[in-house]
Amino acid sequence: MPIPINIPVKGPAAPTKKGEFRRSPEDAPEDLRAMAFELEAKGEWIVQRVPEPYVELQTKYGKPKKIPLQHTWHHKSCGQCGHIPGYSTSIFWLHRKLGMEYNDPRDQTSCTAWNYYASATSNSAAQAGVAMRNFAAAYETGYFPQIHCATSYGHYKEVRSELIHHKELRDQVREILKKMGKPLVIPEEIVHYSEWVYAVRHEIAKRQVLDLSNITATVHPACHYYKLVSEDAIYDPDVYGGQRTAVVTGVVEALGAKVADYSTWFDCCGFGFRHILVQRDFTRSFAVQRKIEVMRDEANPDVTLTHDTGCVTTLDKSQFAAQAHKGVTAAIPVLSEAQFAALAMGAHPYRVCQLHWHSADYHPLLEKMGIDWRERWREFEDDVERLKKDPGAVMTWDDADAAPTQAFGAGTRPHPEHRAHGGR
Amino acid sequence: MAVAQLVKSVDVPYEEKERLFNEVKADLRFSDYLYGCYECGICVAVCPSARFYDFSPRRITQAVAREDVELVYEQMNGEVWECSQCFSCLVCPRKNNPGGIITIMREVAVKNGLHSAKEALEGYSRIIYKIMSTGTQVSPDMIRPDAFPDWGPNAKETADNLEVWRRAMPPDTMHTTSSSWEVDDKTLTELYLIWHLTGVLDMIKTLDESLHMILVDVMEEKLEEAGYPLS
Repeated sequence: MPIPINIPVKGPAAPTKKGEFRRSPEDAPEDLRAMAFELEAKGEWIVQRVPEPYVELQTKYGKPKKIPLQHTWHHKSCGQCGHIPGYSTSIFWLHRKLGMEYNDPRDQTSCTAWNYYASATSNSAAQAGVAMRNFAAAYETGYFPQIHCATSYGHYKEVRSELIHHKELRDQVREILKKMGKPLVIPEEIVHYSEWVYAVRHEIAKRQVLDLSNITATVHPACHYYKLVSEDAIYDPDVYGGQRTAVVTGVVEALGAKVADYSTWFDCCGFGFRHILVQRDFTRSFAVQRKIEVMRDEANPDVTLTHDTGCVTTLDKSQFAAQAHKGVTAAIPVLSEAQFAALAMGAHPYRVCQLHWHSADYHPLLEKMGIDWRERWREFEDDVERLKKDPGAVMTWDDADAAPTQAFGAGTRPHPEHRAHGGR
Repeated sequence: MAVAQLVKSVDVPYEEKERLFNEVKADLRFSDYLYGCYECGICVAVCPSARFYDFSPRRITQAVAREDVELVYEQMNGEVWECSQCFSCLVCPRKNNPGGIITIMREVAVKNGLHSAKEALEGYSRIIYKIMSTGTQVSPDMIRPDAFPDWGPNAKETADNLEVWRRAMPPDTMHTTSSSWEVDDKTLTELYLIWHLTGVLDMIKTLDESLHMILVDVMEEKLEEAGYPLS
């Protein structure tokens, strides 16, 4: 006679569309957002509310997440602004073109997580101190943080979890902030810029001026976006049947380009944090052998798109050495989806998207998109010549959008180093 | 790990290795990162470093879970530095965080001045200086052809045109070359205060005394000017 075994069996999952994968909300980890509100009720900290208007998107286990459309405080990325600055300028440009106001602060430091993951010359108290100083700085302006870097986004979610679970850490960080005269504040949602781009993808598509139906893209989802504290990442049953994060891919689809799949989509890019800086043989080998060559062999894309600092840098910069070594001539250009969306809306490839900072050859992509890159580069070189003649001048947003003959007109202003320092 | 280091590890008393292991276990994050291990190897299957190095997040998680003090000491002296910190290993069905355990092991290695930390971070001091003193981890002026020869001719072109290219971009916070954006002085001083109050400067001292002296010089003056007590 069989021995009865009492195995708890869940009932059948709710009916789903064919091919759609739906996680059970019962499998979701603890609700950190709800716990943050509970701590606020106990007077432990302030929860900064998401300002209206916002869009509600679905997260991995089905919970809604509020994505503020404007009145956002842009937590910039050191790697983006420093080495691939067209990434940041494209995010700002999209906000401006959609009429969504924002704050680009000087009262912001890097999250310092690149260093933390690379060298471990830090600790949980320091990392939480940096995160909460930046959040308090945003709160003081009344603007809500939108985080440009996926590592900052992932790390700040780790920090939020540590602060929620460890009173002694909260107390320590609160004391540090008190010395600066700042309150302990946690945002209601930790928001990544790619969630904002995803939320406004149809608005971007409405303003699209280029036909991208002949463009094929591969997508590299950023590890620190959807692997670290994964329950906050955006998923959509209509994108990959809800099995992978929907950001980036949903944007490419909304713009009418083709998304091609490849087998190593889950692999990281090879950035490695420490490796990209002092052991790049690993970074180059991994990026080329596990990502670029697989994409080329399996999908032959015109471009690969991603949504993080390290991924764009690694996948873009790692291709030169392999090309030189193997004599391979075809590169895969690497852009953020923000740059791709900006180009689709007619942004200047150099003044706005700053593609001259990228290494892998992007010219064939621009040609296929219908962009006369030679003429645009000539315009940019003219801009540079004018700037060289006037060491006090800088490019303005008006310049970036001006017709060639109007560039560097009324909008030109003195270089910031010639002005007194100070926040907005 | 180099043979010379293996020999040295034999000379380290067990009590010292145990002290370091206890330091790992005492970290407040430790109990959130380790729940046990099925030995299923899923973490290894998704690990980028496991493909290119003799490295295994499973082996490290197992050693820590078994409280194998000798093996953990060896790992802290070598393979923890191969981890890519991508956190792909969070696919663990047991909800372990092998990458997080490694972060703690690295911190203990740095804090206690283990040779592996100094070796793994050789050439990294300029990055620590940059992040701790300017508030941004990397900066445009780091792109130099001698530092990034493998990035191709674009690195030289960028370096040659750096100052004017930085002015040729529209956001008014980004016309900088020595930091990624313009950071307020007050903001920097607040960052220095965080480093000062959380013991990070002491960690730097064990790693690189010269760098520590430079950073202390830069920071103490600013903190004193701002009226923050240094004791």
